[in-house]
Amino acid sequence: MHSKQSFGYAGQMINGPILTVAYSAPPIDRRELLRYMGCRAETEDVSMLIDSVIEEARPILQYRVCYREAALQQNGASLSFCSLSVESRMLAKCLENCTGVILFAATVGLPFDRLLAKYTHTSPSRAVALQALGAERVESLCNAFMKTLQDEYAPKGYALKPRFSPGYGDLSLSFQADLFRVLDCPKRIGVTLCENCLMSPSKSVTAIVGAFHNGVK
Amino acid sequence: MNVKELIGEGLFYLDGGMGTLLQDAGLAPGEAPERWNLSHPDVVQSIHRAYYDAGSHIVNTNTFGANSLHFSDEELEQILAAAVENARIARDTSVGMQSKWIALDIGPTGKLLKPYGDLDFEDAVAIFAKTVRIGVRLGVDLIMIETMNDSYETKAALLAAKENSDLPVLVSNAYGEDGKLMTGAEPEAMAALLEGMHADAIGVNCSFGPRQLMPVVERLLKVASVPVFVKPNAGLPQSRNGKTVYDVSPEDFASDVAHMIDMGVRGAGGCCGTTPAYIGALTDKTKNTAVLPLTEKHRTVVSSYTHAVDFSDLPVLIGERINPTGKKRFKQALAEHDIDYILQEGIRQQELGAHVLDVNVGLPEIDEAAMLCEATRELQAVIDLPLQLDTANPTAMERALRLYNGKALVNSVNGKPESMHAIFPAVQKYGGVVIALTLDDSGIPADARGRVQIAKKILEVAASYGISKEDIIFDPLAMTVSADQGAASVTLQAVRMIRRELGCHTSLGVSNVSFGLPMRDAVNSVFFAAALENGLSAAIMNPDSIDMRKVYYAYRVLHGMDENCAAYIDFASTCPQQTVIGSDASRGNATVREEGGSTLQKAILNGRASSAAAQTSLLLQTTEPLEIVQREIIPALDRVGKGFEEKTVYLPQLLMSAEAAKAAFEEIKRRMSSQASTADKKMTVVLATVKGDIHDIGKNIVKLLLENYGFSVIDLGKDVPPDSVVQTVLESGAPLVGLSALMTTTVPAMAETIAALRVSAPNCRVMVGGAVMNEAYSKEIGADCYCKDAMEAVRYAETI
Repeated sequence: MHSKQSFGYAGQMINGPILTVAYSAPPIDRRELLRYMGCRAETEDVSMLIDSVIEEARPILQYRVCYREAALQQNGASLSFCSLSVESRMLAKCLENCTGVILFAATVGLPFDRLLAKYTHTSPSRAVALQALGAERVESLCNAFMKTLQDEYAPKGYALKPRFSPGYGDLSLSFQADLFRVLDCPKRIGVTLCENCLMSPSKSVTAIVGAFHNGVK
Repeated sequence: MNVKELIGEGLFYLDGGMGTLLQDAGLAPGEAPERWNLSHPDVVQSIHRAYYDAGSHIVNTNTFGANSLHFSDEELEQILAAAVENARIARDTSVGMQSKWIALDIGPTGKLLKPYGDLDFEDAVAIFAKTVRIGVRLGVDLIMIETMNDSYETKAALLAAKENSDLPVLVSNAYGEDGKLMTGAEPEAMAALLEGMHADAIGVNCSFGPRQLMPVVERLLKVASVPVFVKPNAGLPQSRNGKTVYDVSPEDFASDVAHMIDMGVRGAGGCCGTTPAYIGALTDKTKNTAVLPLTEKHRTVVSSYTHAVDFSDLPVLIGERINPTGKKRFKQALAEHDIDYILQEGIRQQELGAHVLDVNVGLPEIDEAAMLCEATRELQAVIDLPLQLDTANPTAMERALRLYNGKALVNSVNGKPESMHAIFPAVQKYGGVVIALTLDDSGIPADARGRVQIAKKILEVAASYGISKEDIIFDPLAMTVSADQGAASVTLQAVRMIRRELGCHTSLGVSNVSFGLPMRDAVNSVFFAAALENGLSAAIMNPDSIDMRKVYYAYRVLHGMDENCAAYIDFASTCPQQTVIGSDASRGNATVREEGGSTLQKAILNGRASSAAAQTSLLLQTTEPLEIVQREIIPALDRVGKGFEEKTVYLPQLLMSAEAAKAAFEEIKRRMSSQASTADKKMTVVLATVKGDIHDIGKNIVKLLLENYGFSVIDLGKDVPPDSVVQTVLESGAPLVGLSALMTTTVPAMAETIAALRVSAPNCRVMVGGAVMNEAYSKEIGADCYCKDAMEAVRYAETI
């Protein structure tokens, strides 16, 4: 990570600024990759295909995250944080006992989409493998980011809930637009939102992570 | 002094951060800072005034996101009027003694342009144009386009500024830690694009502190002929007790920026985290600094959306294969609107080492302007090489130059007045390097001197359009040596004279020289070597020619243009000595998924494309094309398809086999394109990813397999409106349409497309697929068939 931050203090979650980090490549989860490719086993030809797309994608993959911490007010299914309000029973359940949230957006960048588009036109087998790689990469990036968050919060007596994204359960996909506004995604990490709430670059994730005080330090 | 003189003559100071100061004053997360012009004019004015007081010559209006995407027309007018008024009041009440100017600040739209986002290039131009027109009417002194992190959007904003004002325009980009824009452009590429379109100064802002921006600034200074300016952040933001703090102090900031000024930077201010204290420290520290003189860099350079190609560096190879002249297969692709074929030709040439791609799609029976635009759009979506737009049609040239994402090569003008007057205005407006042929109304001069004379005349006319000689590359015309054995030496002499006497770069269409001779590669490559020795800068050539590439790499080694001979050795290791049948470098040949059958069948079963192509080519010497299809390819495909259905073959394997079969079909097509090539095709299927959806892998997989099975596919691409699908079905009489959708949000568009088809083409059947589809859903929206994968699509098509 580029910069060190300090989160939450004196047992309070506070409204923080937007921070941006660039990661180096997280390790590749090959089993996930195979699963995304629809292969139950890694045969030799599939293995070679995977190695060759990893090789080609490696130099153009970016790993960028922007995020901010915010205090959470909860009233049943009504949630408010960071000047946003939203109704979601399932998100509320996921944020049970939490006093704050971390909002984040992560992406592997646009050059990856260009590479994917190239093979979409010329080699669907490589496109399928790349598509799977992109999905695996952004998931691994999110996992790496969650791990850094945990490492930052644990010493302060906080534990984290699993990440929750717009479009999960009853949290409307349109909430994406609100997250984008408070995370300033286009400027910070180059992720933009289309009219239909699809993100571009396509291998991007936004999510909400609950933090609760468990007193363990 | 006017503002142009301020920018052109010495050191000028810009302002510092606005957004971060508004947040300190209580701007809520997600709240639009532009509205504070109306709700908190006193706060905005006091920030502006503090910058003027600290010594800023140019202060930006608080209008970063003030555009019609974010605000209604009425509110936009109000915000801009208030913003300009706030800056004006600040300027008029400031105690600063320097000359003071107001810049209309324009930030990015926050949208990504097509094809990766959903904002059309012309819509982006229109959005920026609206803000520019209002700003001009309100009397701003100049325009500041800043924090742009995409080259294409930067072009849209600069174009809007230039088309709607005569004000000076400063353009600044936000680079990432890798020294590139988020969408991939390097500083040299941005300099080429922006200088080509006459930005008055170019710069770098945001993202990092001055020290981290230093490498990018150095690169810009090296290539830019216009003033370079910087607006770094006050370092990186950190959270301290809920407050954002930045890790570079005003003093350190001032020292670092002073160092940049010593290196040649002429404009300086700050971005996020900087305050009037930073600008005050900066002006204090540097007020007596003498700026370095502005120097013309005299570079001949074109660019793509990622990088620039400089004609002084290395000889430039311009791939000539995207051109229908004399190529039946290419003509067929154009006639069938087979964009993928054009893309493949481009990608292949890039893999063979081309630096620039010539794009010629002129055929008498097609709308060349529309086709050139489409080819340009599609090529620049996936290939990061600069393009050479090749057309004799000025309208096509103008339209393609406008939407090109970079600074293009323009092929071509000649010494005829009507040619120059048709092309130069577009080059002046959009930027570009022009290939100028040394011929005029009297034809091609027989001697070198005559060609140089025409070149001089072309330079004069170009200068009258404000196009400098760096932006002209002369092609002194390679003539057919079999018709006139003195022709080649005249051309070589002209190359030498243009280089020495005019100081201009040259390019040749090398292969013309050998027309009518056997073994043309031998003549071409020796001529190419001779031309390089005479100072040739670029060649329009066939990258497939191993002889030409041998000359290129050997020449570089011999002229000290290849450190450690690395490029040559690399070339040698991949250069095929002879065709090795059955090896497939990309996939190896160790894996044998399937045994049995002929060599071609094995190649298909094991997914080896080059081997399949080579085997087919061999078989074609002894076997009828249709027999190869019936006896070899189809049975192999059937085996793989059955394996997939029985789940013994995985999707990537199915596709590798399909691609191998496609390579075999390509060989057969090449052989048959002289005959009626479509005679043996089965029915036509129209495929599209529905409106709003920009994911098309699934659709392309279906296309590949349908083509393998002999169907004629019309691929409408992605984000296709219902009307286009209907119209294509009516025109082609296709009995089957395949629609794909990935997102739940685009399923309504699929339903709409089906409904439209039912009205206008009731006999056409519709199959649907995609990540969100299922049997029940497909019934609900009225489709005839849901196909869970590509093989099911083939099976369904076979039933019709």
